[in-house]
Amino acid sequence: MELRVAIQKRFGNFFLDTDFIINGERVGVFGPSGSGKSTLVGLIAGLTKPDKGTIILDGEPLFDSSTGVNVRTESRRMGMVFQRPSLFPHLSVKGNLLYGYKRCATENRKIAFDDVVQVLNIGRLLDRGVKHLSGGEKQRVAIGRAVLGNPRLLLLDEPLSALDDSLKFHIVPFLKNVCEAFSIPYLFISHSLLEMRIMTDRILHLANGRIVEETTAEDLVRKRMGESMAGYMNLLQLSEPRQVDALYAYTWGEGQLLTASGDERPEGLFELSSTDIMLFKSHPEAISARNLLRCVVVDTFEAGNRIGINLDCGGGRLVAEVVRQAADELGITAGVEVYAAIKATAFRKLG
Amino acid sequence: MFGFTAADYSAMFLSLKVAVTATLLSLPFGFAVAYLMTYRRFRGKILLDVAVNLPLTLPPVVIGFLLLILLGREGPIGKMVLQPLGIKLIFTWKAAVIATAVVGFPLMVRSIRTAMEGIDERLVQVSRLLGARRLDRIITVIVPLSVRGIIAGSVLMFARGLGEFGATVIVAGNIPGVTQTIPLAIYEYASSPKGDVMALSLCAVSISISIVVLVFHEWLGRRIVRSD
Repeated sequence: MELRVAIQKRFGNFFLDTDFIINGERVGVFGPSGSGKSTLVGLIAGLTKPDKGTIILDGEPLFDSSTGVNVRTESRRMGMVFQRPSLFPHLSVKGNLLYGYKRCATENRKIAFDDVVQVLNIGRLLDRGVKHLSGGEKQRVAIGRAVLGNPRLLLLDEPLSALDDSLKFHIVPFLKNVCEAFSIPYLFISHSLLEMRIMTDRILHLANGRIVEETTAEDLVRKRMGESMAGYMNLLQLSEPRQVDALYAYTWGEGQLLTASGDERPEGLFELSSTDIMLFKSHPEAISARNLLRCVVVDTFEAGNRIGINLDCGGGRLVAEVVRQAADELGITAGVEVYAAIKATAFRKLG
Repeated sequence: MFGFTAADYSAMFLSLKVAVTATLLSLPFGFAVAYLMTYRRFRGKILLDVAVNLPLTLPPVVIGFLLLILLGREGPIGKMVLQPLGIKLIFTWKAAVIATAVVGFPLMVRSIRTAMEGIDERLVQVSRLLGARRLDRIITVIVPLSVRGIIAGSVLMFARGLGEFGATVIVAGNIPGVTQTIPLAIYEYASSPKGDVMALSLCAVSISISIVVLVFHEWLGRRIVRSD
């Protein structure tokens, strides 16, 4: 997907002025609330009209103020998922799912109903009304409805923001899987860096109606590590849980990690702060931390008064942090071997 | 029962016929005006709003008189449109329908408009994003989601139509068996000596019809709530 947007739009005191070209299948639009993210997607979808400029998707102009081109929303083939599911209350789950599918030209129908129902695991809901579905079920139906419209581009406008944490990470795999399975490029809009890291490859960083940079969520997180007391959040996808005494042992890289939280599900996403990783120059004799990993320093990066350290722990990657003096004392440079100690309770299970 | 005459029965029948016809005739226009007022931005919107709501505040007699001037033999519409087509409206039951429609129209529009304004804008946007064009959106989203307002507006207008007096008496007259509806018949009985009992009997009929209409309205409302 290649999207070129050079538009201006004034709303009272707010002025959106963007000019960018972005390539990729998993693109994020990141920024604080009020930065113009939703305005930008509304303009791309054609729900609002820019004051002037151009919007070009894969070479096709959707809007061009100089030639008067303004493709109607209903012809743009943009799928959209909002913060709230906004399901049609007078239609069944099936009726909602098929709304866009029925209106999609036959030659564009590449995504089949049964496949989407299967990926989203909503088969048993089909004949039900939408009012009594749970929050997660509603959002899955909303995702399915947008996907079944066979869009050229999916606009995900904070689709996870209204969900609580456990529900959020329940929806994430569905959202990722459905987009991957049917290769639908998307723009993912959010103010959460964590969501950006999970959902996107490249991000457009928006502030006060302007694109400040095009970067990756990973770079942004590292840059912000120095300013944050919470440190850098490692996101670990762990699998094959086994119960070991009162703890869970998950396979990670060539080794395993012991965590205090866990469940029987085969995969789990965990969060681990860089501040919860303690580094040792040599193997300590006895420690209370349940995880002691032999790692090699891959490289280091500066973040404020701290040093971020990329560690390779037998195939698994971690980012730890130490203050400058500690880095000097431990002699941390690329290639050095260190031991990382992590408490089992330091892992926070996200989903 | 009650010793109703043939003219009384005809008044009852005519009342129903006029109210039903006026309601059905107004429905598409009422819906269109409510749609315009809710979803479209155009010049003169306030003027349309005032024009539609005017009959709500004007005395029905004034409306009747204006209609008489417009539709009468010498009136602009009467002379230019109706006469060449050979249509005679004044002092027929059709004039009663028109009078009833004009008087009840704002009630219908208000009801439908309130329902439309209550529709989540997002749902309309979603239907656009999913490829629904305007007419498609109206049929598949706006009508089903404002159906309660459409029914309520129709019932309200029908009930108002049953009671229409002032405008009807001027444009349609009070001809027993031709244009005499229940209110007009009651008026005639009440103003004649010894007509009290018959006037009261017709009042009872009027009350009964109103109760049936209101019960029907409630029932329909509940059915819709249950189905969604």
